[in-house]
Amino acid sequence: MSKATIVLEVLRYRPEQEQEPTFQIYESEYREDWVVLDAINHIKDHIDGTLSYRWSCRMGVCGSCGMMINGEPKLSCATFLRDYYPDPIRVEPLANFPIERDLVIVMDDFMEKLTSVKPWILREHEKPISEGEYRQTPAELARYKQFSMCINCMLCYSACPVYALDPQFTGPAAIALAHRYNLDSRDQGRSWREQVLSTEEGIWACTYVGTCTVVCPVDVDPAGAIQQAKLSTTTDWFRDVLMPWKGR
Amino acid sequence: MRRFERPVPTLWWLKRRAYFLFILRELTAVFIAVYLILFLILLYQLSLGRQAYETYLGFLATPGMIVFHVVALVAALYHTVTWFGLLPNIIVVRFGEYRVPSKLIAGANYVPWIAVSALIVLILTRG
Amino acid sequence: MRKSSEPVFWFLFGAGGVIAAFLAPIHIVLTGIVGPAGGLESALEYERVLALVSHPVTKLYLFMLISLPLFHWAHRFRFTVVDLGLRASKRGIAFATYGSAAIGSILSALVLIRL
Repeated sequence: MSKATIVLEVLRYRPEQEQEPTFQIYESEYREDWVVLDAINHIKDHIDGTLSYRWSCRMGVCGSCGMMINGEPKLSCATFLRDYYPDPIRVEPLANFPIERDLVIVMDDFMEKLTSVKPWILREHEKPISEGEYRQTPAELARYKQFSMCINCMLCYSACPVYALDPQFTGPAAIALAHRYNLDSRDQGRSWREQVLSTEEGIWACTYVGTCTVVCPVDVDPAGAIQQAKLSTTTDWFRDVLMPWKGR
Repeated sequence: MRRFERPVPTLWWLKRRAYFLFILRELTAVFIAVYLILFLILLYQLSLGRQAYETYLGFLATPGMIVFHVVALVAALYHTVTWFGLLPNIIVVRFGEYRVPSKLIAGANYVPWIAVSALIVLILTRG
Repeated sequence: MRKSSEPVFWFLFGAGGVIAAFLAPIHIVLTGIVGPAGGLESALEYERVLALVSHPVTKLYLFMLISLPLFHWAHRFRFTVVDLGLRASKRGIAFATYGSAAIGSILSALVLIRL
């Protein structure tokens, strides 16, 4: 008996030889316990060594292997072939990012946005080490824990029509991570981050389509984070205007 | 290095069910606003006197107006359901480590909604 | 429309959204469907409605009912027209939509004061 196979239509783009991306049909071996990334690795190893794509951990932790699978942004390491078999699967690079080569996208814009919100603990005065660590209760941890699970896989940017239409938009993951640090009891950078976030290209550009939350592989809920940031920014605004003597 | 930028289709909101439902959700506000303008005109006619008011009520009873209001009602209900559904993602209620489940907060809106609606009916018909 | 003013519009949007969610359906049923179809009998009679609406509390209620959802509309529509493909100045669209909501609010205030 011949081995079962599955067809993958993979978007290829080789800038040195073609103007526009084209689909290439591959027939990969099919196994019931294989994910899309397994099939692509199989193609790379046995059929076409020139296929380029990013991957690393193959277990949903590193966030490298995001691809459009039948038009949906997904981690290719967590998407089983059996959910599509025997139909062909269309594999494209993550939407809303420029294509560098084949399934590899240019992620510079995301990296810039990520650093622009300073997603790390900001302190007005750093406590000397002799005074010990910054302690936190389980309840204080619970406030931000969900938003700290982000693996920077960029699926949310691929699902976001606001980012698609206006690449200036800071975007879901970066705002969710900013919100994560704003909610952290050890952090004091909230009013600093607000200068970046409370702008037309920041939280106010979001229209709460909500697809970022739907596609997030680790349940971060960036859409919720952005609306929560709008709420706290609005509260701050009214407090500043109505009670200007209460400094922050 | 040359890179390829994929254009966004003009009808992007038809490409995904969630995008289409999003556009529908946003457009409910148009139907609600048009209804409120018609309602404002009713109040204006009321200020002009009995005859103007009754003529306008007659206009609202025309089939076209009834159809519009039925569509507006569907839109308004869609707004209500989506609004209640999204609210718990924005207003987070916590007791220590415990977060009150979203569905509970969303569902809790329906009780005052029905109560307020019943109160308005009562005021208009008995008040 | 820089960062300083957005919270105000978002607040109006949110308040209008709440008002619309809780009150729009029942009002549409009463004054748009059941009322005009004759299902409320004497409840919509001229004197009755005039007396009800002339009360200051009712006036305040009706002003909130009309004004806030108009700002809710303005906020959503401002973004939706861009989403649907209008390539105009964002500032211009914001001015037109919030401006319309403001005009609607002023008109409703004038109508309610005269009642």
